[in-house]
Amino acid sequence: MNAQAVEHVDHDDHHHGPAKGWMRWLTTTNHKDIGSLYLWFSLIMFFIGGIMALVIRAELFQPGLQLVDPGFFNQMTTMHALVMIFLALMPAFVGLANWMIPIMIGAPDMALPRMNNWSFWILPFASIMLLSTLFVDGGAPAGGWTMYPPLVLQTGAAFPMLIFAVHLLGISSIMGSINIIATIMNMRAPGMTYMKMPLFVWTWFITAYLLIATMPVLAGAVTMLLTDKYFATSFFSAAGGGDPVMFQHIFWFFGHPEVYILILPAFGIVSQIIPTFARKQLFGYSSMVYATASIAFLSFIVWAHHMFTVGLPVSAELFFMFATMLIAVPTGVKVFNWVSTMWKGSMTFETPMLFSIGFVIMFTIGGFSGLMLALTPVDFQYHDTYFVVAHFHYVLVPGAIFSVMAAAYYWLPKWTGHMYDEKLGKFHFWMSTIFVNILFFPQHFVGLAGMPRRIPDYAVQFADFNAISSIGAFGFGLSQLLFAYIMIKAVRSGKKATDQVWDGAEGLEWTLSSPPPYHSFSTQPIVK
Amino acid sequence: MTTSTDTQHYFVPDTTIWPFLASIGLTSLVWGFIQILNGNSGKFMMIAGAMVLFFTFFRWFGEVVHESESNAYSGWEDKSFRLGMSWFIFSEVMFFAAFFGVLFYARVLSVPWLGGAGEEYDTHKWLWDTYQATWPTNGPGNVGGEFGLVAWSGLPLVNTLLLLSSGVTVTWAHHALKHNNRQHLIWGLAATVALGTIFLICQGVEYAHAYDINLTLGSGIYGSTFFMLTGFHGMHVLLGTIMLFVVLLRSMRGHFTAKNHFAFEAAAWYWHFVDVVWLGLFIFVYIV
Repeated sequence: MNAQAVEHVDHDDHHHGPAKGWMRWLTTTNHKDIGSLYLWFSLIMFFIGGIMALVIRAELFQPGLQLVDPGFFNQMTTMHALVMIFLALMPAFVGLANWMIPIMIGAPDMALPRMNNWSFWILPFASIMLLSTLFVDGGAPAGGWTMYPPLVLQTGAAFPMLIFAVHLLGISSIMGSINIIATIMNMRAPGMTYMKMPLFVWTWFITAYLLIATMPVLAGAVTMLLTDKYFATSFFSAAGGGDPVMFQHIFWFFGHPEVYILILPAFGIVSQIIPTFARKQLFGYSSMVYATASIAFLSFIVWAHHMFTVGLPVSAELFFMFATMLIAVPTGVKVFNWVSTMWKGSMTFETPMLFSIGFVIMFTIGGFSGLMLALTPVDFQYHDTYFVVAHFHYVLVPGAIFSVMAAAYYWLPKWTGHMYDEKLGKFHFWMSTIFVNILFFPQHFVGLAGMPRRIPDYAVQFADFNAISSIGAFGFGLSQLLFAYIMIKAVRSGKKATDQVWDGAEGLEWTLSSPPPYHSFSTQPIVK
Repeated sequence: MTTSTDTQHYFVPDTTIWPFLASIGLTSLVWGFIQILNGNSGKFMMIAGAMVLFFTFFRWFGEVVHESESNAYSGWEDKSFRLGMSWFIFSEVMFFAAFFGVLFYARVLSVPWLGGAGEEYDTHKWLWDTYQATWPTNGPGNVGGEFGLVAWSGLPLVNTLLLLSSGVTVTWAHHALKHNNRQHLIWGLAATVALGTIFLICQGVEYAHAYDINLTLGSGIYGSTFFMLTGFHGMHVLLGTIMLFVVLLRSMRGHFTAKNHFAFEAAAWYWHFVDVVWLGLFIFVYIV
């Protein structure tokens, strides 16, 4: 793709600036405003979910029960997961999609701007509904974010709040995804063929499809929980001919694609950033696209690897083991391509690049532990231990969250017109990377040695590694205050950013001014 | 890349308060329902929320209709709407897939396992060794007590014929619209709305009959899947009928042209989707 500067001519009266005052944020139909709303919302929720994680790690600092009672501990593990997945990570990626996809494909805005506003404005209501469960009779949901019956049916007044919060979040995600797909299919500038689209656009295209295919399934699953509790149905009760394991099947049919919903956009981000700072074209563009699609397809036929120990037929366990291991192939293609992009490149290591390289290395660690977990016989030992916790936190924290941070550092100068403080950014990266490993690496060891997850107490032999892990958690948490500080500082002031921002960057977003006009590409650029 | 001079202009709407109001309405609606489920009073809040939501949609979609009729949209915006509706219907397909999945899982796997088949023999042996797997069943616990069945050859067959003919009438209306025959368009739509309404009445009568013979939502896995599948389907028929009714009113006001009638097609697509789901239900819930 060969993009040069576009002249912008506002030639008719349809182009308004933003509305005045705070009503701007309630009523906006502008993809940049809505993207910013998503990103700020996500940042706030990241800290709320983070505080919950620190409650967990504080309790686990030493064996025995010190700070919180076990019931509240369980509420924290459940709510930490729900907040981080549905209120922090997913909105962060949707925010990035809103900001970047129209700009990257040369569109005037998202395809359905009013619905875009609604997708966002359901979120704050749903999140208040979910967070307020902490203050009702019986406390917040405490049966784990996976909501397995029959345990989850013992939740108190929080139960219907949990169910409907999930419903609202699902509606928001589905509308957001429909919008993203319609935008990508309909709004590309002339010449922007599918196989010229930037990888961030491609990965989101596939992610949106996964969301539309799986969020309704989750909605069905939680609806059945609701009717089992309040309307006498027997979906998950063996006495009535139902099966509690059936819930796990339905849930993970959603849940496994959800895992890729949380990581595919991250693949896209890293695939944008590494070529910029390696000053080379992305190695194997089309294989990246096909690998993403393969991962998405495979994500639908691997769900039962979350359920190896519930008593599945052996043939099912074999099928899901082999299907799961297949995912390593397209994922390996991706890691190979990122490394090959850097090979003999003229690399520099600005903060976004540091986070991206950190992503490639640490996500791969999480991928390898995932491969271990995929093996049915050994999973019988690893299941529900801290090894699982270590595995998915490696893919989600130095994986997905690092990619969001990389994206924030990479595109913030474009969004705000200001450079962030590079020295502080690098400091933030190193603090995060050191502490995230102190936090999660020891969890592999205690997990393999048999420490169960979701329990507030543990046997004394796990004490040292848990203490180390908790120190890492507080270090990582504090480092993120630095992230918020750097971001806010760059929004308010900072060195003026050029339009190009990064000298190796390619793509339509860099042809716009920094910050871009309120309505970018009111005249479509032509991509050659 | 050069600056193009003849690219199209996309209609990006001005600021709007409707989505925010819709969120308030939707949240109030479900919050009221949550209160009711928790044994508190929430009826007023539910009704208020539903009214806000209805009013908001009325104004929001009214605005879109106005824009459409004043030719604010070209083929470009039209394609966005079409994509939006298609993917929305796909999400609905997946919603029903979850419940059909439950039906198949219960019938093919979990109920036979409870009866002692396959590798789950132990559950049968130690918990319910007298239970024999059959379908329909309310499980080894005889949950909800003995129940009767709704014969497929009665009202369900009538309902199948009603929905299939409504698929014909809506297609008739579509052809009329494409050939600028306003009279036939209105008659076709009116017939479709009428058939949909009769379907809903029949479904209500059938539900009353089912409860008379003690087939309820509480009748174990059979009652659960029966009412959940047909109930959600019925809600979708209701929504589809409302959509078609709005399209009918708009047709009577002279909206739509032979070339430009996205709302009609969206409602018709939705109606066909509801139709196909019913065929699945008729076969797998009622007959087999």
